[in-house]
Amino acid sequence: MKPAQFDYHAPTSVDEALALLQRYAGDAKILAGGQSLVPLLNFRLSRPAALVDLNRIPALAYIKEEGGQVRLGAMTRQRTIEFSPVVKERLPLLGEATRWVGHLPIRTRGTIGGSIAHADPSAEYPAVLTALAGEVVARGPKGERVIAAKDLFQTYLTTSLGADEILVEVRIPAMPAGAGYALEEFARRHGDFAIVGIAAMIVRQGPRCTVARLATAGAGPVPLRLRAAEEILERDGLGEAAIEAAARRAAELVSPDGDIHASADYRRHLTGVLTKRAITRALGVARG
Amino acid sequence: MTEKTWIGKPVKRVEDARLLTGRGAYIDDHPPVANLFHAAIVRSPHAHARILGYDVAGARALAGVAGVITGEDVARHTRPFAVGVTAPVHYYCAATDKARFVGEPVAVVVATSRYVAEDAADLVRVHYEPLPAVVDPERALEPGAPVLHEAVGSNLANHRRLVYGDPDRAFAEADVVIRERFRFPKYGSTPIETYGIVARWDALDGVCTVWSNFMGPFIMHPLTARVLGLPENRLRFIVPPDIGGSFGIKSLIYPYIALVALASKLTGVAVKWIEDRREHLLASSTGTDRIAYRELAAKKDGTILGMRFRWLDNVGGYIRSPEPGCSFRPTGNFVGPYRFQHLEVDASTVMTNKCLTGPNRGYACGHLYFETEGMVDRLAATLGLDPAEVRRRNLIPASAMPYRSPTGGLYDSGDYPTAFEKALDLAKYAGLRREQAKARAAGRYFGIGLALAVDPSVSNMGYVATALDPQFRAKPEYLPKSGAVDSATVKVDPLGRVIAILGTTPQGQGHQTVVSQIVADELGLIPEDVTVVDEMDTFTRVWSISSGTYSSRFGSVGTSAVALAARKLKAKLVEYAAHLMDIPAAELEFRDGAVRRKTGKGPSYTVKDLAGRAHWNTDSLPEGMEPGLQATAVFGFTVARAVDAEDRVNSSNTYGFIAEVMAVEVDPETAAITIVKYVTVHDAGTIINPMIAEGQIYGGALHGLGGALYEELQYDEDGQCLTGTFMDYLVPTASEAPTIDIAHVESPSPLTPLGSKGLGESSSMTVPAVIANAVSDALAPLGIRITELPMTPSRLHALIKKARAT
Ligand SMILES: Cc1cc2nc3c(=O)[nH]c(=O)nc-3n(C[C@H](O)[C@H](O)[C@H](O)COP(=O)(O)OP(=O)(O)OC[C@H]3O[C@@H](n4cnc5c(N)ncnc54)[C@H](O)[C@@H]3O)c2cc1C
Repeated sequence: MKPAQFDYHAPTSVDEALALLQRYAGDAKILAGGQSLVPLLNFRLSRPAALVDLNRIPALAYIKEEGGQVRLGAMTRQRTIEFSPVVKERLPLLGEATRWVGHLPIRTRGTIGGSIAHADPSAEYPAVLTALAGEVVARGPKGERVIAAKDLFQTYLTTSLGADEILVEVRIPAMPAGAGYALEEFARRHGDFAIVGIAAMIVRQGPRCTVARLATAGAGPVPLRLRAAEEILERDGLGEAAIEAAARRAAELVSPDGDIHASADYRRHLTGVLTKRAITRALGVARG
Repeated sequence: MTEKTWIGKPVKRVEDARLLTGRGAYIDDHPPVANLFHAAIVRSPHAHARILGYDVAGARALAGVAGVITGEDVARHTRPFAVGVTAPVHYYCAATDKARFVGEPVAVVVATSRYVAEDAADLVRVHYEPLPAVVDPERALEPGAPVLHEAVGSNLANHRRLVYGDPDRAFAEADVVIRERFRFPKYGSTPIETYGIVARWDALDGVCTVWSNFMGPFIMHPLTARVLGLPENRLRFIVPPDIGGSFGIKSLIYPYIALVALASKLTGVAVKWIEDRREHLLASSTGTDRIAYRELAAKKDGTILGMRFRWLDNVGGYIRSPEPGCSFRPTGNFVGPYRFQHLEVDASTVMTNKCLTGPNRGYACGHLYFETEGMVDRLAATLGLDPAEVRRRNLIPASAMPYRSPTGGLYDSGDYPTAFEKALDLAKYAGLRREQAKARAAGRYFGIGLALAVDPSVSNMGYVATALDPQFRAKPEYLPKSGAVDSATVKVDPLGRVIAILGTTPQGQGHQTVVSQIVADELGLIPEDVTVVDEMDTFTRVWSISSGTYSSRFGSVGTSAVALAARKLKAKLVEYAAHLMDIPAAELEFRDGAVRRKTGKGPSYTVKDLAGRAHWNTDSLPEGMEPGLQATAVFGFTVARAVDAEDRVNSSNTYGFIAEVMAVEVDPETAAITIVKYVTVHDAGTIINPMIAEGQIYGGALHGLGGALYEELQYDEDGQCLTGTFMDYLVPTASEAPTIDIAHVESPSPLTPLGSKGLGESSSMTVPAVIANAVSDALAPLGIRITELPMTPSRLHALIKKARAT
């Protein structure tokens, strides 16, 4: 479990990092928190010619509110997000999701950019990004482009980011004041990746649901926005029957795979159970 | 009589300051010799494949590589290990003709660093002819199944049918007969520290020195010497002061010792190999997975008349010593705490393309009690009796102690009914049943499980021969085996401080603390006055083939050796003082740290006093007394006898007892199990340090929980391991630990000087049973009974869904 040989670079600016990526023409890997990449290196499942370490680029770590969005630099640590007042105030769903990410030492190193770029379908951040219809900013040799969550995740561990691009910023629309939210997750042990997780946001006006947002983790090769289930709530309101119907619909919408931790059938079943729980809990904290 | 000032107290562990501040001395911490080279092991990617040849030129050519050792070298320079059965299984320290499981060593690269060694290992080309694989023990015995060992002719490594009493009559006379098939999973221990070895084969003096975290039994030392073609006094095993956990698993490091020693011999350099986690999960050791067919015969009133066990234990690619202990280690306690006299055991040991097995905390007892306790609950359900009542009606009473079990076990002491009632009281069993009634009425799945176990400690080395046919054992050339022995030395320095020396290979259990408590009590000192050196070195320690710390041994055999050594020393002090005082020794006694007159009057001599005089002035010794103040005692159990012609054997030397109650709730939607209540009552005789005992119980319980809920080494049909990382092989962590209510009953063992028994495996052997029973009870309204572990939520969900559909 020792990595194969690689060159190591620690640029201090994004431009420098981009130049390095170009130099290795697709054979370099970006190193962020290393919590996912380093095991892959040690197992020699990934054998890049070089690592381009982003940890010396302070300009990539920040959290700010701008244009109705919360904008997070790619190198913002998960642990920072956990305690950020901006996140607490404007993106509490992301804050709640963070506490489900691994364990304290992992969150201390792990970054939001790394988590999203890694695109593990069971990870929490991609689910939140999808639920809240966020986007990421990528910089490459041809400049910057903005990629919507739905266009980012392609399949297991695969995004539409180019090998010469760096994810520099994550942008998530600030949640409406009073929005209810919940991240319900089922894992076999505390701190594990989700078997299934459901990120939910509900904006209510009395018994009416003006906005419903639901997305999955662990229920397929990419995080999935459960639009048809959201529509049931937005149409039929937040009564028990509507919630049940939305949960049932959610279970129909996903096409999970089975693995040694959970069968496809169980994952589908959990999708329904957790959707109901997430909506119910979100409703409990929603104001309006 | 020894006064107990320190024994029984939760004395803080002297080890902890060292361990918690990173000062532990583990195998990987300090190179014991200069100019170390590092090994990387090339492993088979195939579950079953013929090895056609090797191409090592590329690896050899890499800068920094000292040598490459392949199976050809292994076949040329070593012998196969002796195995515990008569089947002709040739088990070498690496594959020579075929690879028989994924991860089996096929070559070793030695280089200047582990990085270079792994780079070179990537360049080793092994030419394989892949063969069909088989991983299921029942499939492996079917005609036409791929055969792993052609010389054996089938995959059956061993088969024994043991009959005690008259089981056929018991079944014929039974009012009820209950049958069930169980499956126990393959899981290990995943100690935090993996295997580690440093070997230096010195060509000049012909001595091969091996530093490793081997934990015994030291029978493996002579076996390894034989494999390497060395006289035993040219093979030196040294164990560092600290081992980072083992739970039985590290007793199976010995094939790697041979492999790394050979690498040192052939390359001429000192070689270090530290197993990485992936290697550990693929190819260290685990318990067996077992398919068990159980039958139980009982009367209407719940009296158990007899049982039948039919086992298929899956030992993986080779049967490796001490297997088939997986079947026979609990021979003496096959019947557990119950009175029934008629038993038939049909034990098959099967080889398949999985990694190899060996002792894993609770060795074979987790399997045994999972089945037996499950059967007792089924009996209760069949008869409509409370499971507690059925157990009461079958327990061996305290008046029957010491009790000779029908399989040869000598239960040395205990009061099972009292301990069981204590557990029921602590758990408020009746209250739990009321809570259950309420929960059920509300449609919730709330269940209560019970499990009882006789907790065997200090294996009698003789049990392994139960694997052999009595006719084979009756041959004149067959040498019977027995024993459970350990030694300790206690010495007093000229200023009266004490050093105790042992070689018990502690793995974190706190031997230094416990020994200092015992010596302090024996010699009237405080524990701080006693320095304990517990480091094994086969060249300098007094040891036996049974030495080591396994089978909950230390609490009973190591502690006994210490107490006896201290008593020997005490006797010498009395004799010496008698000479100085010119008083007959019979009128003196050792009390409160000094030799005094029994009457209490007159002068006294403290240990310090006597030590100074004895060391500085040997002229003051009585005639014939050996100079120096030290004593070595070798303690051996006399109840450890060889297996008899009727297959009866006292397979352990002391037997404790465990009674557990657990209440769980199963989430009807997610199938998640929540432990609501967990009570465990232990009788391990005299408790020397209750805090350490509690730690063992917690660890054992969590280990059992691992096998019951999380851990399983899984393979696909082609024998590929699906659980090669901690992402997939889940072990319970602190977050998964339930609250445990622990209590003790103390029935001192009449066989040990302190009355102590072992406790190291403890609840690892009962938790699979108690939680399976609790979950079965919770899901009883659905007609579900657990027959397989681990109970993952996905599997439970499937059971619940199926039950609801019918
Ligand atoms: C024991 C354990 C438990 C965990 N549990 C969870 C969990 O429950 N939920 C969860 O979501 N995660 C979990 N993780 C993963 C953790 O959150 C990782 O931090 C995360 O997946 C990757 O982030 P990182 O910063 O460490 O990225 P790295 O490991 O450094 O990189 C991951 C991948 O992303 C690429 N990358 C990183 N940054 C960028 C960028 N700015 N632009 C383009 N590509 C980039 C890298 O090249 C690499 O391919 C766990 C990890 C461990 C070790």
